[in-house]
Amino acid sequence: MDFHIRDARPIWQQLSEQLKLRIVTGYYAPGSRFPAVRELAAEAGVNPNTMQRSLTQLESEGLLITNRTVGRTVTTDEATLNAIRSALARKETGEYLEAMGRLGYSRKECAEMITEGEEQ
Amino acid sequence: MNLVECHGLSKTYGSIRALDNAELALESGRIIGLAGPNGSGKTTLIKILNGLICPDSGSAAIDGHEPDKYTRSIVSYLPDRDYFADWMKIRDMMDIFSDFYADFDRAKAEELCKTLELNPDMRIKTLSKGTREKMQLMLVMSRKARLYVLDEPLAGVDPAAREFILRTILTNYNENGSVFISTHLISDVEQVLDEVVFLKEGRVVLHRNADDLREETGRSIDECFRDMFRYDAWKEN
Repeated sequence: MDFHIRDARPIWQQLSEQLKLRIVTGYYAPGSRFPAVRELAAEAGVNPNTMQRSLTQLESEGLLITNRTVGRTVTTDEATLNAIRSALARKETGEYLEAMGRLGYSRKECAEMITEGEEQ
Repeated sequence: MNLVECHGLSKTYGSIRALDNAELALESGRIIGLAGPNGSGKTTLIKILNGLICPDSGSAAIDGHEPDKYTRSIVSYLPDRDYFADWMKIRDMMDIFSDFYADFDRAKAEELCKTLELNPDMRIKTLSKGTREKMQLMLVMSRKARLYVLDEPLAGVDPAAREFILRTILTNYNENGSVFISTHLISDVEQVLDEVVFLKEGRVVLHRNADDLREETGRSIDECFRDMFRYDAWKEN
């Protein structure tokens, strides 16, 4: 899972989205110690201050917990993780429906295509 | 106190105004991009910061000092052209830097040579343009400086090497220091920048946090740059 800076939106936003995905998919396990800012910044090829800003965002959403003794860890709170996971899923679904809408597909037809795809 | 403070800097070459009342303040611990079209005054500003030329009027200070022996000891400078005696070997340049600069970290230089695939026994004469730039960068980033001033560090290298060089800058600058980096290749550097400074006709026309500018305009820094300098939007009146 590599970091990608794709568009013109603020870089910290793009990073926090990608880190979120890593967290909810278990790339960083719940309760595990989170990598240091500089390490992550080097991995993504971005400025450490930018990476710091994206981590602050994840902290405010409750995905990361900062603890004086152990540093930054991934939350173990299932409810928070599930809420973020379903928010991401809803966003993906919305984007999919929008793209299909542009092609002239109704939601019902989309649903049919998905079922068809599953059967194949 | 700001690490760099410039007030009302002006410099003329004959009838050409290279700098026209430029104002600039840079804090510690930041990576700042300096962008502007050809002839906008980037190199003139950088040369003043390094004490290579004197402004006609205005002041420039680094850590509270006008460019002098002290500031040279805390500023690590990568000029826009190389200045090496080409019969020397890379190792000879490392010796010179060790002698000149108390903050030169020889072990780091050796390590960077490995990362950048530079053989210290190579003669400078035999190096390609891109390899010379890598050598310069190795020397400059091996100092534990308060301010790194890099004038077009990416100009002569291919896109793959650019990314490599940017990573080298990111992972090697002194955390308490700042990096001031001039470039035309904004799209290549934009993800490493904290702040961006646009220079136009010798004036600082914009100085912003890079991500705030992206958020506000919905555009990349590169697009902002192209817009500003295409339409002359910042021309007074």
